Amino acid sequence: MRAIEVRGLHKSYGSRKVLHGLDLKIESGEIFALLGPNGAGKTTTIEILEGYRDRDSGEVQVLGEDPATAGSELRARIGIVLQSSAVYPQLSVVEILKLFAGYYTSPRDIEQVLALVGLSDRRNARVRTLSGGQKRRIDLGLALVGNPELIFMDEPTTGFDPEARHQAWDTIRGLRDLGATILLTTHYLEEAHQLSDRLAILHEGVIAAMGTPEGLLAASGAVKITYQRDGELVVMRTDEPTRVLHELTTQALADGVELEGLEVRRPSLEELFLDVVGADE
Amino acid sequence: MTGRLFLHELRAQQRLFWRTWEATFFTFLLPIIFLAIFGAIYGDADIDGTRGSTFLLGGMIGFGIAASAFGGLAITVVLRRESGLLKRIRGTPLPPWIHLGAMIGSVLIVTAISVAVQLVLAHLAFDADLPGSPWSFAIELLVGTAAFAALGLAITGFVRSAEGSSAIVNAIYLPMTFISGAWFSTEAMPTFLQAIAEILPLTHLLRLLRGSIVSGETVVDHPTNLIALAAWGVIGLVLALRAFRWEPRAT
Ligand SMILES: Nc1ncnc2c1ncn2[C@@H]1O[C@H](COP(=O)(O)OP(=O)(O)OP(=O)(O)O)[C@@H](O)[C@H]1O
Ligand SMILES: [Mg+2]
Repeated sequence: MRAIEVRGLHKSYGSRKVLHGLDLKIESGEIFALLGPNGAGKTTTIEILEGYRDRDSGEVQVLGEDPATAGSELRARIGIVLQSSAVYPQLSVVEILKLFAGYYTSPRDIEQVLALVGLSDRRNARVRTLSGGQKRRIDLGLALVGNPELIFMDEPTTGFDPEARHQAWDTIRGLRDLGATILLTTHYLEEAHQLSDRLAILHEGVIAAMGTPEGLLAASGAVKITYQRDGELVVMRTDEPTRVLHELTTQALADGVELEGLEVRRPSLEELFLDVVGADE
Repeated sequence: MTGRLFLHELRAQQRLFWRTWEATFFTFLLPIIFLAIFGAIYGDADIDGTRGSTFLLGGMIGFGIAASAFGGLAITVVLRRESGLLKRIRGTPLPPWIHLGAMIGSVLIVTAISVAVQLVLAHLAFDADLPGSPWSFAIELLVGTAAFAALGLAITGFVRSAEGSSAIVNAIYLPMTFISGAWFSTEAMPTFLQAIAEILPLTHLLRLLRGSIVSGETVVDHPTNLIALAAWGVIGLVLALRAFRWEPRAT
C-alpha cells in the first residue's frame, strides 16, 4: 500500500488559487522531500494531508484513509512537525515527552526519543530555558513519540546549526530504516539532496518536477563549464561536455593561453530548482 | 481508556496550573488575599442585614469562580491557541474535548481548594457563618463553575490575539464583580446598574451562595437563580460551539 496518494488536489483561499490539480504518490518507507518557493503551497498541501485544512476538490488518501474525515485512529499512526507551534513552556523536556507519550497506545520509549533528537543531556530543563534549535528538536521528538508509521515534517531543520542538521538527517534516515515513511519540506536544497529518496518541486499549484535527486540532475542534462578569459567569467552549458571541452582546450593551447579557473561540473540541485521555478517569471 | 486519558491529562493540567505564577496568583491567591484584607476592614460591620465577613465570604467565593472558570480559563485557552499548542494537540490521538474537559476539571479542583481555604479562614479569623447544606453548596459551586467555564470558552472565539486577551477578559468580568455585589452592598447603586445586575450570571450565583451561607438555604429555595445561572451556561455553550477556534488567527 502507498503511504500517500493524492489526485487532482485543488485549494484556494478566497480568490487566491494555491493548488490546482496536484498529483502525488508517496511509497511506504521512503523519505520524500517537497520543495517549492515561499508561498508555493507546501504547508497547505501538508496540512491538508494531516487533516487540518479542507480541500476544495481532489482525492486524498493517507495510510488508506481520507484525512478530512478520519478520526483519532489515523492520528495515532502519524507524527506531525508543524512549521511553527509551541509546547507548554512550564514543563521540562522529559515531562512533555511523557505527557504526549500518554496520548498513544504504543508509544516509543522516552529514553530512545531523547537520544534520537539529541536532548538526553537537557532532559530536565524547562522548555522555556531552551534555545530555538533545542525547542525545534522537541517538535521532532513529539512527532516520534507515538511511534508513527508516517511522519510529516514542515521545515523540520529550520534554525538548526550545521551539526544539529546532520544529526537530524541521521535521525530521519534511522526512522526510515525502522520502516517509517517521511514527507518533509525544506528550503535547504543540499538537505533535500542528501536526505531524500525522491523529491518534488511544487510550483504554480502543481508538481513541476519529480524524481530521485540523481535522476533529476541526470535528466536535466546540461553540464556547466566555467572559466575566465581576459578577466571575464565565461559560463557555457552543454549536453556534450567532452566535445566542447576538447574544442575549448585545443583552441586555448593553439592561442597559448591558460584557461583561468577552468571548472567542469554538473549543476547543483539548487540551480535545477531555480531553473524550474524561474522558468516563466 | 478514555478515563485513563482524562486522568493523565487532568494531572498535567494541574501541574501546569500550579507552575503558572500568574494563574495561581490571580485565580487562586487573590480571592483569599482580598478575603483577609476586607475581612479585617469590614468583617464586623453589617451589610444588608448580615455580618460583613459572611457577606464577604460569599462574594469572594463568587469572585474566585469568575476569576478562574471565566477569566483564567479564557486567557489560558487564547494563549494556547495563538501559540499553536491547541493545533498541535489536535494532531495527536487525544480527543480535543478531553483536553478542554481536563482544563475545566482542573479549574474545579482549584475552586474546591480555594473555597475550602476561604471557609476556614473566614470562619476562624472573622467569625463568618458556614453553608447550611454542604450538598446544596457543592451543587451551586459546580453549576457556577460550569456556567462560567462555558462563558469563558465562548469569549475566546471573540478575542483575536494573545496580546489583548487579558485586557479584554478582565474588562468583562471585573466590572461584573462590582455590579453583582461581590464586594459591597448594591443597594445604594443607581437603578440602571441594579437592572443590569439582575441579568448578570454572577448576581445569581452570589444569591445562591449567600442563601446557603447566610440563611442556611438550599438551591430549592432559589429556583429562578439556579435556572438563570444554568441558562447563562447554555448560552455560553452554544456560543462556544459556534465561535471556538483551535488554530491561531493567521496560519
Ligand atoms: N489560512 C490562509 N488564508 C489565506 N491564505 C493563505 C492561508 N494559508 C496560506 N495562504 C496563502 O497560500 C499560499 C501558500 O501558502 P503556504 O503556507 O502553503 O506556502 P508554503 O509553500 O508553505 O510557503 P513557505 O515556504 O513560506 O512556508 C500563500 O500565498 C499564502 O499567502
Ligand atoms: Mg510553509
